[in-house]
Amino acid sequence: MHAVEVRNVRRVFRTRAGMLTPERVVRAVDGVSFVLPAGDVLGIVGESGCGKSTLARLILGLLPPSEGDVLVDGRSLASMDRRERARLIQPVFQDPFSSLNPRQRIRDIVGLPLAAQGNVPAVQRRDRVMAMLARVGISPDMADRLPAQLSGGQRQRVAIARALVLRPRIVVCDEPTSALDVSVQAQILNLLAELRRDLGLTYLFISHNLAVVEHIATEVAVMYLGRFVEQAPVDALFHDPRHPYTRALLASVLTPEPGKGIPDVGLGESYPDPANIPSGCRFHPRCPLVIERCRNEAPDGIIRDGRLTECLRA
Amino acid sequence: MSPVLEVANLRVTFGNAIAAVRGVSLTVNRGETHCLVGESGCGKSVTALAVMGLLARSAQRSADVLRFHDIDLARLSERGMARLRGDKLAMIFQEPMTSLNPAYTIGSQMAEVLERHRGVSRAQALDRAAELLGRVGITAPGMRLKQYPHQLSGGLRQRVMISMALMCDPELLIADEPTTALDVTVQAQILRLLQTLQRELGLALLLITHDLGIVARMADRVSVMYAGEVVESAPSEALFAAPTHPYTRGLLRCIPVPGSVKRGAPLGSIPGVVPRIAPDFTGCAFRDRCAHAIAECARDVPRQSAGTGHEYLCHLPSDWTRAEAA
Repeated sequence: MHAVEVRNVRRVFRTRAGMLTPERVVRAVDGVSFVLPAGDVLGIVGESGCGKSTLARLILGLLPPSEGDVLVDGRSLASMDRRERARLIQPVFQDPFSSLNPRQRIRDIVGLPLAAQGNVPAVQRRDRVMAMLARVGISPDMADRLPAQLSGGQRQRVAIARALVLRPRIVVCDEPTSALDVSVQAQILNLLAELRRDLGLTYLFISHNLAVVEHIATEVAVMYLGRFVEQAPVDALFHDPRHPYTRALLASVLTPEPGKGIPDVGLGESYPDPANIPSGCRFHPRCPLVIERCRNEAPDGIIRDGRLTECLRA
Repeated sequence: MSPVLEVANLRVTFGNAIAAVRGVSLTVNRGETHCLVGESGCGKSVTALAVMGLLARSAQRSADVLRFHDIDLARLSERGMARLRGDKLAMIFQEPMTSLNPAYTIGSQMAEVLERHRGVSRAQALDRAAELLGRVGITAPGMRLKQYPHQLSGGLRQRVMISMALMCDPELLIADEPTTALDVTVQAQILRLLQTLQRELGLALLLITHDLGIVARMADRVSVMYAGEVVESAPSEALFAAPTHPYTRGLLRCIPVPGSVKRGAPLGSIPGVVPRIAPDFTGCAFRDRCAHAIAECARDVPRQSAGTGHEYLCHLPSDWTRAEAA
């Protein structure tokens, strides 16, 4: 059974700036399907506004899809109540400064998911909280502190403890290290990798940082304007990228190699707008390989060599 | 050739509690990119603000040398400084969202710079603004000048900030994390632009960043900051070929590099956190996190040479890294 299965999910937001302005229809997630086998790490990369965080919220059940279905552990999210969902799938968000209640002690923050289940006795709760804090590298004397008394890295450890205290099987990490310094980022990535191995977790790992995704993921999906435009096992994607957008993303990674200069990614100046998705291939206004067909024909769901590559020219 | 910017022993403290910058020295020459790199709280932005004379009132600044060409910035009046800022000395910030005024058009904000410093007419200033917008790769500059900041994407806004900084032909440009808020593909475009402009105009560029990838691709010279001090300074090639300070080496090991890190193998990391440094602190600020710390590290640390123009602040001899590699 798959840990997560997403079937042609769409999510539309309708916004209006003022009473007289026309309605804007934002297609944040525009037909995404994938399966995530238990124990794998699916990395989702894409730039701001591509819909990756909306997708995370759909999979966590924090937002209902406009269309399609999300199955977790073989069952539709829509058929579960919140407590059941919480036992299966948990989030770790980007900003450990805003995702922890500033007025609660660390032990209460981590204990809240257990308390919300309503059937775990207080003594057991206390033990499980302390054990989980120790597991993520937070010393017992910090349990009575407030989030403001912790560093960014320690706060992210607390957020991970809170996500794992119910022993979920799946963790959705949405940019878990983007707010951290590199030396701390490395500590958190190492911790996440270790926990996955020891606890048999499945991760959905969202990031704009390709180097981080390459390090932790087993499978990678590249998202552009609401769709997975390419998906492949991590080695295949990084060594043999097929979609021109994936290639541009990889070319933009600045590795610490002096003398290599700044690459020309060749994408031009037209920026993607999810309220105004281009016809045909959604990437065509920025694509260096564009031909006439790309303007009219959507390359949705094209599989080549067993790999999803939504491009007519790849 | 005398440097465009020369700083020696710059110190910035906030009251008696925090020493943000502790004896920073650096020079930036014409046509050179000097990168100031470090993690949050290391004092790199405060250094830039101290040079620009933009520190908060609660800060105390002192320096043995703080010179822009032959102008002594340390003694310059607030009025003299205001004449220099935005003219020969320009700065761009991280957040193109918050550093443009949302209530004025792009054109009016750009024109103001030239009107104020050069006393030209609005029409002349707008012509110059349109020319510069074209130069930074903005199509239809005439239309953009009439727009407000919220109508532009992040990448476009940062291009506007860059062209605004160029309005008066500055000689020194300080860029504080200019691409941190941008997507990677846009980041590459903006950095390429900065590099081209810098070469064509012979700008002295002081680039502040936390990203060693950007440093490697942009810098002629690098200064690595930790807890308010420059712990290592070298030509870019030398720094990446032979990083010598334990902190620099630790930082480089923390970065996952696609294709070169074995999957499943843990990344290098630096244990512990950056200490809070009071003005009376002595010794090496990195010693609590350093695998090579000895008792001597609590006393004054020597600045040693590891090659031409390559200095580091540590007791270890410059060839210690050979022992580590073996």
